[in-house]
Amino acid sequence: MGLSHQSMVNAHPDLDLVAVCDTSTYVLDVLSKYTGVKTYTDHNVMLEKEQLDCLFVATPTRYHSQIVGAALERNLHVFCEKPFALNPEMAYKLAELAESKGLVNQVGYHYRFVGAFNEAKRLLDQQIIGDLHHVRAEAYGPVVLRPKGSTWRSQSAEGGGCLFDYSCHAIDLVNYLVGCPLSVSGSVLNRIFSTDVDDEIYSTFQFSPKLFGQLATNWSDESFRKMSVKISLWGSNGRINVDRQEVQIYLRSNKGLEPGLLTGWNVRNTTELTRPVWFYVRGEEYSAQIDHFAQCMKHRTPTASTFRTAAETSLVAAMIRADAGKARTSVDPASVGTTSPGAEQRDSSRFGIRSIFGRR
Amino acid sequence: MDRILFGDNQFFGVNHASEDKARAQAMRFQDIEAVIGVLRDAYAEGIKTFMCTTHERMSGVCDYFRDNADKYPDYNFYPCMPYAHKYANAAAELGILGAVRSFLPDNNPLGALVKGGLSLARKDVEGLAKMLIDAEMKMFAGLKTPVVFLQNVATDFLLGLGFDEAFRIFADHIKDQYNAEPAFITMNAPRLYATLTKLGIKNPIICANINKVGFRMCGGIDAYAELLNNGDCRMVAMSIFASGALHPKEAIEWLTQYPKLRSVVFGASSRRNIAETKSLIDSLMPEAVAG
Repeated sequence: MGLSHQSMVNAHPDLDLVAVCDTSTYVLDVLSKYTGVKTYTDHNVMLEKEQLDCLFVATPTRYHSQIVGAALERNLHVFCEKPFALNPEMAYKLAELAESKGLVNQVGYHYRFVGAFNEAKRLLDQQIIGDLHHVRAEAYGPVVLRPKGSTWRSQSAEGGGCLFDYSCHAIDLVNYLVGCPLSVSGSVLNRIFSTDVDDEIYSTFQFSPKLFGQLATNWSDESFRKMSVKISLWGSNGRINVDRQEVQIYLRSNKGLEPGLLTGWNVRNTTELTRPVWFYVRGEEYSAQIDHFAQCMKHRTPTASTFRTAAETSLVAAMIRADAGKARTSVDPASVGTTSPGAEQRDSSRFGIRSIFGRR
Repeated sequence: MDRILFGDNQFFGVNHASEDKARAQAMRFQDIEAVIGVLRDAYAEGIKTFMCTTHERMSGVCDYFRDNADKYPDYNFYPCMPYAHKYANAAAELGILGAVRSFLPDNNPLGALVKGGLSLARKDVEGLAKMLIDAEMKMFAGLKTPVVFLQNVATDFLLGLGFDEAFRIFADHIKDQYNAEPAFITMNAPRLYATLTKLGIKNPIICANINKVGFRMCGGIDAYAELLNNGDCRMVAMSIFASGALHPKEAIEWLTQYPKLRSVVFGASSRRNIAETKSLIDSLMPEAVAG
């Protein structure tokens, strides 16, 4: 992650890359030899010696709060990678510190910079699909596909796991599009291949008496070429499906809110929704979020993905973790005055299903 | 270089406009025979160059064209390396060094192994890069590969870092080892051209998005026009339909304002679409003006 930030920052016309800091002296030696960048192995030494305006933090999550805190104390603007902090308490503390000092702060929730999601937000803000009643947030992709892995992503104590990774992206988008949920319930943290962390997460959200949502994320799904996040929203006047590539809008009627949209299905895709960036490495959104940070520093305006919104995302993630340990309602035949069907019966019904699908 | 090159995004379920279309394509091309079938159709329509990612799935395609060399005596592969997801996934799991180590030859003669280990220990980027290039090129052995591309993720990442030496290492090794033309895919063509010029890489082959709506043309459409009209480079246009945003005729007519544009790469899944696009290019922009 840090290397692609370096590539984009270095190419930005308004930013001067002063130095980089990493624990791998090997990588630092190669970078310094071939790109001439000044390098450090201790961020405190770097902060002490260099005259900096801002810091980009792309370390494993457990170092975020310490490094971000040190930078804020020195009055630097900070861009930090997601999921920001290991716990919401620390995340809110850092948000308050940055706000109290008037420093520009941003967390790398890059989906907030995808044209399609921003188009969906624009349409939702106009209440184009009426009163929302359901939101579904899904994220699938191939990260952990084997019972193996030795990096920090596989360690729960270091902020690894699908909840801190894929789920946080999906939660952050829900918070961005609809607002932060008031409650979570029925949460599941399940392991597929990992031994120390969760690989799939499911949860039910409530936003208001009439608006509910569901979260489904799984980073062990290799049927996806890369991470894919999709949000589906249902309202009294239709529905919106949105992913990185396109916004699909179904309207029961277009009450003249948005010219160009028809009653029924409408599709707007990435080509028309994506704004050009000054430099492209691996997707406009990654460039756009760095440019946004640079522009916010220049104009001293708040970012579209602040420490505070990231803290709210961390809070929802923490509540899902807490909820996952809670008691569930058993499916108990005795509670309706009957006994469990016999094993033989269940086996034959399963066989029946198999034989239906077997006929091709 | 041929006027028309055949691309491979459709075979990998890459579609910049729709996840559903991408998945449908991934299903359709699940069997490598389906890929080969489309390449045969393209060949029958007169498209004799396949610009092909060094994804391991492509080894089946390479096998087919090697085994049937007599049927396709003039067939060219333009390998595009590296297949970046392979490295990104390995780096996420094994760290950067672990990833590099995992792609160094392990079933080669001892010499290669030792050479790899030594290059790694000495931080000899040139030695390492050559070995990684050789590993990517292995599946094309015995096939014609007159042009070899560096993929845009690698090109643009290195370009941003200012790791300019990497372009020289790549260019030299492709020329020396494979007697082929080094080429570069990028989303930042004007900036890349400036860097390659500074490095003394003359008249480079640069493949970039070139389309009427300016989709993924970083640096702006005017800077691209300048490059197409006055640059000392051979430009290959990709994403000419801007992921389906443009009608084929409109897209290709727009390209005709750049007579020095050398080649066009496009991908399609049906013989009808291949034939239609080819005939539009043949009739509207038959050949490039020598630049």
